[in-house]
Amino acid sequence: MRFLVYLIAGIAGGVLGGMGMGGGTVLIPILTVFCGVPQHLAQSVNLLSFLPMAAISLRIHKNNGLLDTKGILWMILPATVLSVLGGVFVQNISGGALRAGFGVFLCVLSLYQFATGIRSMLPKRKKAADN
Amino acid sequence: MLPLKNKFALAAAGCATGAVNGIFGGGGGMIVVPLLTAVGKKPPLVAHATAILVILPVSLASAVVYLWSGQFDAELFIAVSLGVLAGGGAGAKLLGSITPAAATVIFAAVMFAAGIKMIV
Repeated sequence: MRFLVYLIAGIAGGVLGGMGMGGGTVLIPILTVFCGVPQHLAQSVNLLSFLPMAAISLRIHKNNGLLDTKGILWMILPATVLSVLGGVFVQNISGGALRAGFGVFLCVLSLYQFATGIRSMLPKRKKAADN
Repeated sequence: MLPLKNKFALAAAGCATGAVNGIFGGGGGMIVVPLLTAVGKKPPLVAHATAILVILPVSLASAVVYLWSGQFDAELFIAVSLGVLAGGGAGAKLLGSITPAAATVIFAAVMFAAGIKMIV
């Protein structure tokens, strides 16, 4: 039963992630709010379940010639170091505090997405009005 | 070669991406895509694809830290990973059949509600 609930949560997160929304951040609130998974564990499983998915997508993107590696090491190296430090840092933070922090992060992210969505809708409306 | 200014911008962006990804266990890609477009001057599709390449080693590194701290549940991992793989394919196909902007706005509202619920 537990397996089925998690599987459905994964499918829901995968569908939304595959549509390019949330970038993996959808799965964590689904797991914590609806399935009662502790915050740290939800974050861990989000990182882990991303890996096989990313490997498959990368193969497809590489074959389609969509990868442009120019300059990205400048991002990858500091990002990797900071991600380890960030990961170590939160291990000593309580689940409740991390959950609240994640909630703030989610609100900021959703406002940004909201703005992006509205902005991409506006030019279309303008064109429709011109016609 | 990239101008020095751009290298610094990418490195600073990398720091923010890594910190977010390590602390919140995801979401770093949301920062990478717009930066690859703005600073790296990559077209949107290439930025999306390349962002995965940037975030993969970063996620791997933070995943190791979480595992090291004992944050692992085999049943949860297997069930969620299978679901994500199945759902991911379906989501990518669905993307063509809906209007992305409208979906993004609705989705953002739901995410905001979830965020509030987690804070309170």
